[in-house]
Amino acid sequence: MSKQSPFRCARTKLKTLIASTSVGLMLTANAVALPTAEVNKTGLAVTDDTVTVGILHSLTGTMAISETGAQEAEKLAIKQINDMGGILGRKIEIIQEDGASDWPTFAEKSRKLLVKDKVAAVFGCWTSASRKAALPVFEKENGLLYYPTFYEGLEQSKNVIYTGQEATQQIIDGLNWVAKEKGAKTFYLIGSDYIWPRTSMKIARKHIENVLGGKVVGEQYKPLGDTQFGSVINKIRLKKPDVIYAAVVGGSNVAWFKQLKAAGITAKKQTLLTISVTEDEVLGIGGENLEGFYSIMKYFQSQDNPNNKAFVAAFKEMWGEDSVIGDVTQAAYLGPWLWKAAVERAGSFDIDKVVAVSEVGDIELTTAPEGYVKLHPNHHLWSVARVGKWNKDGQAEVVYESELIEPDPFPAGYQ
Amino acid sequence: MSFVYNKLMGGKEGLTGFILLALLVLVVFPLCLDLFRLNLVGKYLTYAFPAISLVLLWGYGGILSLGQGIFFGLGGYGMAMFLKLEASSPENTAIQSTPGIPDFMDWNQLTELPWFWEPFGSFAFTIAAILIIPAAFAYIIGAAMFKRRVGGVYFAIITQVIAVILTILIVGQQGYTGGINGITDLRTLNGWDMTSDYAKYLFYLINCALLLGVIVLSRFILTSKFGSLLLAIRDKEDRVRFSGYDVSNFKIFVFCFAALISAIGGAMFTLQVGFMSPSFVGIVPSIEMVIFAAVGGRMSLIGVVYGTLLINFGKTAFSESFPELWLFLMGGLFISVVMFFPNGLAGLWQDYGHHITDRFKFITRLFKRKESLPLDDTAKSELAN
Repeated sequence: MSKQSPFRCARTKLKTLIASTSVGLMLTANAVALPTAEVNKTGLAVTDDTVTVGILHSLTGTMAISETGAQEAEKLAIKQINDMGGILGRKIEIIQEDGASDWPTFAEKSRKLLVKDKVAAVFGCWTSASRKAALPVFEKENGLLYYPTFYEGLEQSKNVIYTGQEATQQIIDGLNWVAKEKGAKTFYLIGSDYIWPRTSMKIARKHIENVLGGKVVGEQYKPLGDTQFGSVINKIRLKKPDVIYAAVVGGSNVAWFKQLKAAGITAKKQTLLTISVTEDEVLGIGGENLEGFYSIMKYFQSQDNPNNKAFVAAFKEMWGEDSVIGDVTQAAYLGPWLWKAAVERAGSFDIDKVVAVSEVGDIELTTAPEGYVKLHPNHHLWSVARVGKWNKDGQAEVVYESELIEPDPFPAGYQ
Repeated sequence: MSFVYNKLMGGKEGLTGFILLALLVLVVFPLCLDLFRLNLVGKYLTYAFPAISLVLLWGYGGILSLGQGIFFGLGGYGMAMFLKLEASSPENTAIQSTPGIPDFMDWNQLTELPWFWEPFGSFAFTIAAILIIPAAFAYIIGAAMFKRRVGGVYFAIITQVIAVILTILIVGQQGYTGGINGITDLRTLNGWDMTSDYAKYLFYLINCALLLGVIVLSRFILTSKFGSLLLAIRDKEDRVRFSGYDVSNFKIFVFCFAALISAIGGAMFTLQVGFMSPSFVGIVPSIEMVIFAAVGGRMSLIGVVYGTLLINFGKTAFSESFPELWLFLMGGLFISVVMFFPNGLAGLWQDYGHHITDRFKFITRLFKRKESLPLDDTAKSELAN
């Protein structure tokens, strides 16, 4: 997949040099496009007919299951862009690196992609920890990262475009919905113990207590990868909350939902709202263990619109009929398209120029599978929150859609 | 002079190895590699510290510790705490609810700096803490284990358990430790930009100097009477005890010293990589350190450095060239080393080296015999006839 050669950089530079001295003499089809010296003033890996980008996800280790969908979506988008003629007349070439579910490896590989390969953009990272590790590298080397995961917010870097939801976008409308539809007053919060669930729960608690006038009857965190939920389930039985509000991640999810079902807590008697289950997770949990529970996301595979139908069909054609598409996969798919829009607007691959036009706040994708998205000057996307009700077959039925929500990574009053 | 030659360098073989290694890391690497690769090598060399500690502990002492990551992590976290406090000045963190405390504390609703963070504002205290805290912790573990004559597999398991406990503690107490993300975004050291090219060269050289210093110090320990006792304890612990030595004190000492070395590596890691996270504390990194020592040759202070470099170069090169397959290639490398070179790279070098010298000796002998042929008795008599 990735092409590696120690001479790559030298070769690229040579080509750039040749190109820049022979601009105007070229009578090939590429001559129509802007000359390389114009679109690349900062020594990126751009030639007369190619531009190189990096994909940095975990192909091995515990996160591989989650990150596979994201990198497949990115490759699909890049293939589609290339089929349309590429960006500024240049085909996109990919250098793929493995983050190996190991945060320092993400930092090392980011540095490699930026310093050695001079890639024009990187599509990658999944967990907050991997982003936090790579972030200083992107800021130091002035790279550009498109980050696809819904995350805790509290961050805004010049060098990152966040294509997933930040916490308030995902949480607040979902809570409003459950309070209104189900008349929920009491909430039990349960999450895995790391930064994203904790920040999300902090925002949820403030909103429940201050805005909805409800009550949090329990808040608990379990270590990552923990599979023992017996004591939590006992407490839930005791407190009888109207809503279980869950942010349990990864492999723990399987144990959590199976043990809930075994304890007789099913959708018939209990409302459960989760912010951490997408179609990818349901594959592992099993639709029958989740039937009737709700997820808040910005995208569900079952969404009924022409953009999404075309996307799902193309994804299945490229990656197999059995593949499922979760929220993050769709957000990752947006990355290359947002980059294309920004580069074409800027007429340049140079990071500063691409960031500058991205920060204007009017780059929009009308062809996004989730519907419509627009890039906010704060590097996040305007997006819609949706509540999906899970069916046995592992697909969700969208039962609620919000208005387009403005991203607010530093929410006042929720800090 | 003979003290330096015999005790600090370990005789002719040790001296040659030491000079070759010094040339490689101080001259060859800086001249041949660009800054990106050099920085990577610097990171690899920080793993050589715990690998060296395992030569003393495991190779010579026969004490297999599967928890050197604990001390590597403690050293690294000590340095990271200092750097994070510096990065969290009220001006830099004005956006937070409570400016002036590290960002992850703010996210976790902490409103003031915890007491045990306070002293890490001082650089002198931090350096002292990096050297003392891991060694003191090792003393407590060592005293509890060795005085009760816990050894062998049980000791290995207990060190592993401590590594797990420490990881869970760090991940669970994220308001105080940064949790699973670790302590990130470290930029300056006493106001001096740590991420500049100059700083990277400087850290690399300091790291090499410390590494070579640690090798000399370890060599001194191993060539002293203490080194011989360590070997004796490994081979027949009871006999040493019956000879009147307090075996447990020797073991505690070497365990503390190993912890100290590992902690230096951890601190240098934080300085060069720019962050510290619990993924360097747990079982996996601790076992990786044992693998570095096994591949390099657990009886060789110099060999383990090459072992560490080889494994990490392999990791980087394989994963860059074959992102989907590299783990299999690494597995193949481990298996082949263990199967074909059970004494690691150092053993390989010794066997191979002896072969070469033997062959040379054979050739010179051949030449000598040919020259002496005319003087052979039979030849003489033949000539006489």
